[in-house]
Amino acid sequence: MSSFGLLAEYENPAQLYAACERVRDAGYTKWDACSPFAVHGLDKAMGLKPSTLPWWVLGIAISGSIFMFFFQIWAMVYAYPFILAGKPLFSIPAYVPCWYEATVLSACLTAFFGNWALNGLPRYHHPAFSSRSFARVTDDKFFIMIESRDPQFDATAAEALLKDTGASSVEELED
Amino acid sequence: MANAAPSTSLALPDDPNVRGDIVLEDPIEGREPLVRGDRDFHYITEAVCRGNELPLMKTPSTFVFGLLLAFAGFLLFGGYVGWLFWEGPGIWGNNNPVSWAWDIVNFVFWVGIGHAGTLISAILYLFRQKWRMGVNRYAEAMTIFAVICAASCVVLHTGRIWLDYFLFPIPNQMQLWPNFRSPLEWDVFAVNTYFTVSLLFWFTGLVPDFATLRDRATVKWRQLFYGALALGWRGSARHWVTYEKAYQILAAFSAPLVLSVHSVVSFDFAVSQLPGWHTTIFPPYFVAGAIFGGFAMVQNLIIPARAWLGLKDIITIRHIENMNKIILLTGSLVGYAYGMEFFVAAYSGNEYEGFTFINRAFGPYWWAYWIMLSCNVLSPQLFWFKKLRTNLYLSWIVAALVNTGMWFERFVICVTSLHRDALPSSWEYFVPRTEVLFLLGTFGLFLFLFLLFIRFFPVIAISEVKTILPQANPHWEGYAHAKGGH
Repeated sequence: MSSFGLLAEYENPAQLYAACERVRDAGYTKWDACSPFAVHGLDKAMGLKPSTLPWWVLGIAISGSIFMFFFQIWAMVYAYPFILAGKPLFSIPAYVPCWYEATVLSACLTAFFGNWALNGLPRYHHPAFSSRSFARVTDDKFFIMIESRDPQFDATAAEALLKDTGASSVEELED
Repeated sequence: MANAAPSTSLALPDDPNVRGDIVLEDPIEGREPLVRGDRDFHYITEAVCRGNELPLMKTPSTFVFGLLLAFAGFLLFGGYVGWLFWEGPGIWGNNNPVSWAWDIVNFVFWVGIGHAGTLISAILYLFRQKWRMGVNRYAEAMTIFAVICAASCVVLHTGRIWLDYFLFPIPNQMQLWPNFRSPLEWDVFAVNTYFTVSLLFWFTGLVPDFATLRDRATVKWRQLFYGALALGWRGSARHWVTYEKAYQILAAFSAPLVLSVHSVVSFDFAVSQLPGWHTTIFPPYFVAGAIFGGFAMVQNLIIPARAWLGLKDIITIRHIENMNKIILLTGSLVGYAYGMEFFVAAYSGNEYEGFTFINRAFGPYWWAYWIMLSCNVLSPQLFWFKKLRTNLYLSWIVAALVNTGMWFERFVICVTSLHRDALPSSWEYFVPRTEVLFLLGTFGLFLFLFLLFIRFFPVIAISEVKTILPQANPHWEGYAHAKGGH
């Protein structure tokens, strides 16, 4: 069994926040923090880039919107022209509701599926789940993982850093 | 978090079932804290999961009784739908347009209920109303179940149910696309989009809480059930970044849905040319009414549920009071709309419009109109008084009255306008025959789903409520002396 990395446990968000700043400044790249809720400002403390999700949503919502607009024109004016309720075949006001709903739907489906896809979920297993203490990550404990595939990973140095940041325990994770 | 000791917690009695109902003023802000007492993160987890983690065989008998009662209603629904399939909508007397109304009344009633959930989950989220965290999960669940009830009313009223797929833009044997210029087609799009988006939003919020239940599960089926639903969530900060962005985007798109769905439903009426329906006030009037009725339903569900589940420290009297304020506001807006309808009818000088409204208030259906008016406009006015809007029993009763009134509002709009429409041959005094069973059946379906939700799903957004505790902020002053703090 090769080593996946180190798992350090913290008691509260303040410790986690301070520790993340230390790990970030130490220059690690393949590491992660886990918490029961989204700790405010932790992305800055970790030096994370903003999510690319909004760009996906924007692109697909605009495409869905354009598609629905022209689809309505094609279906109403060309595929089977049929006057109903005296409305003209080409009538932008009457197209608005379905057009709008299709835009919302394509944006929301992208936001939903994009969220899981960008996060690599669903995922069957993760090395951290083999740690008993990690079960409280969804309750009241806070964790930092430094992975052994990080280019500057050195087990002793990383362990010393994590202990120095006030971790209540540091354990090794197996891959 | 023993170092956090707000002075308010000292006066609280130990029994958590009593505690939340005492109104204590926050000494600094003059308001009740969002989560009562000196609470740590673990308390939130325990308080919410306790109800879900009870072994199946130890489900309280009162709950089983309620579930069986709701299931009986659900069976009634199934039986009635079976009869409807067998006989066709003739069992509603649909030879006459007046009888068209009942299923539509139910549809508009149920779809309106859902709007409070979306308002809480989306609009209050965007406006950073932190009190929403305690009630959004319930309200979103209520939205989804209400839309299921609404959809079942509208799907079943088409007559040839097996041809319902004609409503969707899928190629069919007639080579004719649905008419995108028709309000009925707009409705198909609006309700389907609304349901889909609400479901995605709800599920996204649930995933971290499913992970909590997964990590605490001690029996195999729970580990599998919640493990599958949690999608392997591990609370990674890298995931939270995208997750929160997705949540914001879903909220941002749901917020206009709150306004658009019931506007489109009102177009079903407003775009027609029947006096009483053909009015431009309908979209805002319907939206206000939907939020009004929806909050009343939230109150009716949450007041008993918070007591029963022992969640009075998380869903406090402040939440109830805030929702009562929204009921007062939207109830007054609805009252304004009722008045404005009469004003427009008089001011337009159109005799057909004028007749319709005089007929509404003093015609054969006068009783429905006055039930609507007294329940919707008069009863919420009690909430001007703080003593009354913080009284749980009164809140529940007013909410029940509002629900009744909102059902009658839809009855008044549908039935009184139709029973004197342009063709005197279709004039009739509509008397429901078996349709009441249909309404009761949808209530059975709704409560059955809701009770299952309470039993198996986390009823409070655990990971969101934790963020409103003071110690969730890494820069909270209680941490100032901690090692490595700022």
